[in-house]
Amino acid sequence: MAENQNMEAQSEKLLEVKDLHVSFFTPAGEVKAVGGISYELNYGEVMGIVGESGSGKSQEAYAIMGLLQSPGKVIGGSITFEGEDVLAKSREEMTEFRGTRAAMIFQNPMTSLNPVYTVGNQLIEALRTHDKKITKKDAAKRAMEMLELVGINNVAKRMKQYPHEFSGGMRQRVMIAMGLICHPKLLIADEPTTALDVTIQAQILELMKDLQKKTQMGIIFITHNLGVVAEICDKVSVMYAGKIVEQGAVNDIFYHPSHPYTLGLLRSMPRVDADEHERLIPIEGTPVDMLNPPDGCPFAPRCEHCMKICLQKMPPHVEIGEGHKSACWLRVLEKKKDESVGAEGGAEVRESKQKED
Amino acid sequence: MSEKKLSGENLLEVTNLKKYFPVKGMRGPGVQAVENVSVFIRKGETLGLVGESGCGKTTLGRTILRLHEPTSGKIVYDGKTIFEGKDPYPTVMVDVKDEKGQVVGQKPQIVKTRVPRAKTVDMLPYRRKMQIIFQDPSASLDPRMTVGEIIGEALDIHKLYENKADRAEQIKALLDHVGLNTEHANRYPHEFSGGQQQRVGIARALAVKPEFIVCDEPISALDVSIQSQIVNMLEDMQEKQGLTYLFIAHDLSVVRHISDRIGVMYLGTMVELGESYELNRNPLHPYSQTLLSAVPVPDPKLSKSRQRIVLEGDIPSPMNPPTGCRFHTRCPYATDRCKEEVPPFREYEPNHWAACHLLEESHPEAVEKAEA
Repeated sequence: MAENQNMEAQSEKLLEVKDLHVSFFTPAGEVKAVGGISYELNYGEVMGIVGESGSGKSQEAYAIMGLLQSPGKVIGGSITFEGEDVLAKSREEMTEFRGTRAAMIFQNPMTSLNPVYTVGNQLIEALRTHDKKITKKDAAKRAMEMLELVGINNVAKRMKQYPHEFSGGMRQRVMIAMGLICHPKLLIADEPTTALDVTIQAQILELMKDLQKKTQMGIIFITHNLGVVAEICDKVSVMYAGKIVEQGAVNDIFYHPSHPYTLGLLRSMPRVDADEHERLIPIEGTPVDMLNPPDGCPFAPRCEHCMKICLQKMPPHVEIGEGHKSACWLRVLEKKKDESVGAEGGAEVRESKQKED
Repeated sequence: MSEKKLSGENLLEVTNLKKYFPVKGMRGPGVQAVENVSVFIRKGETLGLVGESGCGKTTLGRTILRLHEPTSGKIVYDGKTIFEGKDPYPTVMVDVKDEKGQVVGQKPQIVKTRVPRAKTVDMLPYRRKMQIIFQDPSASLDPRMTVGEIIGEALDIHKLYENKADRAEQIKALLDHVGLNTEHANRYPHEFSGGQQQRVGIARALAVKPEFIVCDEPISALDVSIQSQIVNMLEDMQEKQGLTYLFIAHDLSVVRHISDRIGVMYLGTMVELGESYELNRNPLHPYSQTLLSAVPVPDPKLSKSRQRIVLEGDIPSPMNPPTGCRFHTRCPYATDRCKEEVPPFREYEPNHWAACHLLEESHPEAVEKAEA
């Protein structure tokens, strides 16, 4: 998206997350769901967060929205939204913040809509919560405009219907309308298309792209589907066991993946455009038990390049290209050797690295 | 999979299979979940089934195994008919009358008729040959049985062991076969992760040494990094034991990867059937074309340059499906003929079947052949 890239150049930061830690204090012990993640999001930018279930990608989003459920707590780091500290806000301020400035849509549109109120009622409620002065009539008019914007026909009739009268794709459209009704600057979409069929998913993705262009809001798109990421995102953060293992522009992640986990994910997926049968290369092993995470790099037990140091210490983020960072000891070593030997020594480094393996 | 040797013999033949579910308080046939599906599966091949949710792909898989009793049609397994029944809901032409009682035309209508009872066989011996792997591994394993008991139950039912030691030995071998630790036999399902639970489900299906397995979305409940492990395992087992699969999934990229042939279903009907890569390169039916273009590709440059056909609207209700071609309400090329006439399922290209009126123009020779 060329237009977006131009936008970024002029615009400033919308959201900055720094070293965020979220923990759940369960009877079985502390679960570090999010273990120190940092990223920035500009106006008009779409960032994808990719990860398996349990990687902390949703909890991180809940932390931004102040929706963490007990026993979950933010125990460190900062979240800055348009220059304001989100974590320092009071309950009332957070209520104001949610809806008017940041909104979230959820995976399962059936469970996120109230089954006993009409869709119109729920949309109007969202509007009147944040704008006490607006009349019912004006609110209804705005709600109908929103429904039209998300591509729902026959809005006057639809406003009076209950969620069960809508299909899955239509419900997700209602959710998007509800999220956007107060014109937020940030939209967090938590697996918005996972519960939908591919044809409906295509409709929703087209809609989101279209709305994003119109409103220039920032979007955080949480998903486990790399295909969806390729479709809609400008940049990507790959999460594993509560940590961002790699982040960068979408092309960097897909064409020059530098973390073994990212590479593994890409290799384990069958490609739609492949012309003959290729065997998949799976990532061996199982995801981390978050109650007893390993020391060092969480991916080390499943990694084919695992070295001694990987099991002892978490690697720092290394900048590989512009905005492309990776947390892997291989890259750290490469960089160190490159600095000491010079650029020509790259081949040597790779050899010595293999010996270490 | 070009390297795979297929005998060319059909293991399973399904002809005009229908499955209607009656709806309480409603007259007529009820939910028309599977409508006139004819398909064959060769020995040792994998037939993939794709389609949106509610298109009847799971119902078709279960009806073939007679876990749902078919409404009508014929199922032949390995040369033996396991179900044959006449259609109690034939479509007949009825007269359309105007206000004065004058006949002005005819329209098709489903009419309930009395038919003789369907011919069936005792399924127990066939259950040994035909097995199923379910979508949700945690819901398909009894939480109060250990993994050893779950797998052993299948052996008990079919009396497949000589003594207790042999039974324990077989269970161990099965666990080992699906990549689980043999000590896991004494554990309960909740102690396993999703991927491991699915391995238990697969071990249970394999316990009776089947020939044919219906894989009903076996990987869609699993994490991305685990999915490929299970796919590879299914492929390996097929190679070693000569298994035949009916692989049901909504993820087109996985189906295309594992299948030799793919059937595309829409609202209970099979709209296209063809060799996996041929169907992908050259989808004939407009629905297959949209389905293929809707799958997101994990390649940013490709996906941004790709032209996508986005379908309007939602899938209609199978309780009251559209007349004629069931896809005509959403088809961008629909004509008046599509609204009235059900398109025949024909072999328009070698080994490539489809049901669409539009193909008759571009493939006149196929029409001639079918009519002759």
